Amino acid sequence: MADVSMGPDLIKMGAYIGAGLACTGMGGAAIGVGHVVGNYLSGALRNPSAAAGQTATMFIGIAFSEALGIFSFLVALLLMFAV
Amino acid sequence: MSLTKKRNNTVSGAAESKFNIHPMDQFVVKPLFGGELAWYSVTNVTLWMGISVLAVIALLVIGTRGRAVIPSRSQSIAEIIYGFVYKMVEDIAGKEGLRYFPYIMTLFMFIVLANLLGLLPKSFTTTSHIAVTATMAFAVFIFVTLLGFVRNGAKFLSLFWISSAPLPLRPILALIEIISYFVRPISHSIRLAGNMMAGHAVIKVFAGFAGAMGFGAVFPIVGIMAVYGLEMLVTVIQAYVFTILTCVYLNDALHPAH
Repeated sequence: MADVSMGPDLIKMGAYIGAGLACTGMGGAAIGVGHVVGNYLSGALRNPSAAAGQTATMFIGIAFSEALGIFSFLVALLLMFAV
Repeated sequence: MSLTKKRNNTVSGAAESKFNIHPMDQFVVKPLFGGELAWYSVTNVTLWMGISVLAVIALLVIGTRGRAVIPSRSQSIAEIIYGFVYKMVEDIAGKEGLRYFPYIMTLFMFIVLANLLGLLPKSFTTTSHIAVTATMAFAVFIFVTLLGFVRNGAKFLSLFWISSAPLPLRPILALIEIISYFVRPISHSIRLAGNMMAGHAVIKVFAGFAGAMGFGAVFPIVGIMAVYGLEMLVTVIQAYVFTILTCVYLNDALHPAH
């Protein structure tokens, strides 16, 4: 009886802990985005005349490195609402 | 079993009384005229999508109706946005990409206005739902894949077979390229929905703090103002990112050779 009522709670606890752990992946995405923008800025300050043409490339780079952080967010969402 | 259910109820009840604004309540889809939720029912999603379409029409059609040489304010806003998106398509997808400019302009205008209208108090952010963004992302994905095959035939597959890489590496790279190609619509849609949902929920979380703190609510309210400013930026940047990635995918379909 006790085991039966503990089961769903344990699964829920595991899912919530897993969702919290999945969010650490967003830190990696933050590092990646900071890296892209920081390198863009250091390049732009060396050669400001070439900077305007590269903003689109910077945003594409941000989008690609952010995508992996979004997958961790997706895992967290799945654990919270689908498990 | 009934015990756990009861405990869950009391826990959520206590949370509601402390935070009288629940951050996720704004994303609930509700029928406007009562009744059960069915595929034909008019919901708040329908309403706010309609409002954003009307806002696009108001800006681009009614706003530019004067066609003055010295543009009015609304006309110059519309002209700046048009020129901005036109240049983006031309830079990334090339001259041939300009044939598909109306589609990309439509996507940009709809997303940017749906995002910004979602920031109004009591409004509903249609782009915070993965169902909405996934529809747009899969439309782009299917359109771009079909276009690639129609324009290039079997040569479109050279997108996955990188001829500049050493021969032993090519099958491995092809596998990676194929996986990343099919993940595109997923990341494309969840990026927009996730950013909108998270950003708009943060504002409501701060509002919940303000409701719970009494006179100390000045600090969360200042926080809301700062986050609101950040959100204005994020909404426009995410619309820009969605559009620019559409251009990148279009460019891959038009010029598949690496």
